[in-house]
Amino acid sequence: MALKQIKTLLEISHSEEIMRRYFVVNGFDGALTMLGLIMGFYVSDRIDLAVVITSCLAAALALGMSGISSAYISEAAERRRTLMELEKAMVTSLDESHHARAATWIPWLVALVNGIAPLLIALIIISPLWLAHNGMVLALEPLLMSILVALAIIFLLGVFLGRIGGTFWLWSGLQSLAVASATLGLIYLIA
Amino acid sequence: MSSVKRLVLDVLKPHQPNTLDFARAIASLGEDYQVDIHVLEVDEQTETINVLIEGHSLDFELISSAINENGASLHSIDEVSVAGK
Repeated sequence: MALKQIKTLLEISHSEEIMRRYFVVNGFDGALTMLGLIMGFYVSDRIDLAVVITSCLAAALALGMSGISSAYISEAAERRRTLMELEKAMVTSLDESHHARAATWIPWLVALVNGIAPLLIALIIISPLWLAHNGMVLALEPLLMSILVALAIIFLLGVFLGRIGGTFWLWSGLQSLAVASATLGLIYLIA
Repeated sequence: MSSVKRLVLDVLKPHQPNTLDFARAIASLGEDYQVDIHVLEVDEQTETINVLIEGHSLDFELISSAINENGASLHSIDEVSVAGK
């Protein structure tokens, strides 16, 4: 499908906003899950790095699959319902229209964004672990490095939300960081 | 061979694409197509519009398929202007 056609379908179905929201919400989910998982390993003694990487990769894949399947099922149902309502109002079939094409393709696009966001963010967060496992010397302990990367990503997601919502970027970044810090604190307390 | 110079169409369309994009979609079908749209009625999900298209040689089939592709349906051809060779 050509880029121009995708743009038309996104405009007709007002999906850009939904995709942006899904990206941030599920990206935040992915970052916070990885942060919690890595913090859990950090407070546990002498865990093999290979085990940490495998666990994080498995969690990242599960987040990706969950994001794709849940978003597809709900979006496809919503789009079908909207199309049926529109066809009823138009008193005609819209099979050959952009609206029908959007009802078919937009759920896939939204699902991909919803699944790729946590997967991609999780892979970035665990990259220091992978680098250290492959012999690269890092400035900090690999688990600590990954925690810092996760915190940075969570802060940036907050900044992104702040810019969209028109609020002060530093404030929204710090709000997201506060949620991440609270999560770290809770894990530290129960460990 | 005659050529269609002017068409006035009564069309029912969804709110999306909006009237401007709808006019652009039809105008892009020919280099000299000029499109004027007058909104007659707006309902909850649809709007009835009056579309005036002018050009040197209008391709009705192409216009009709662009209308359908944009989710609209052609209700009637209200005015036609055709020139013979």
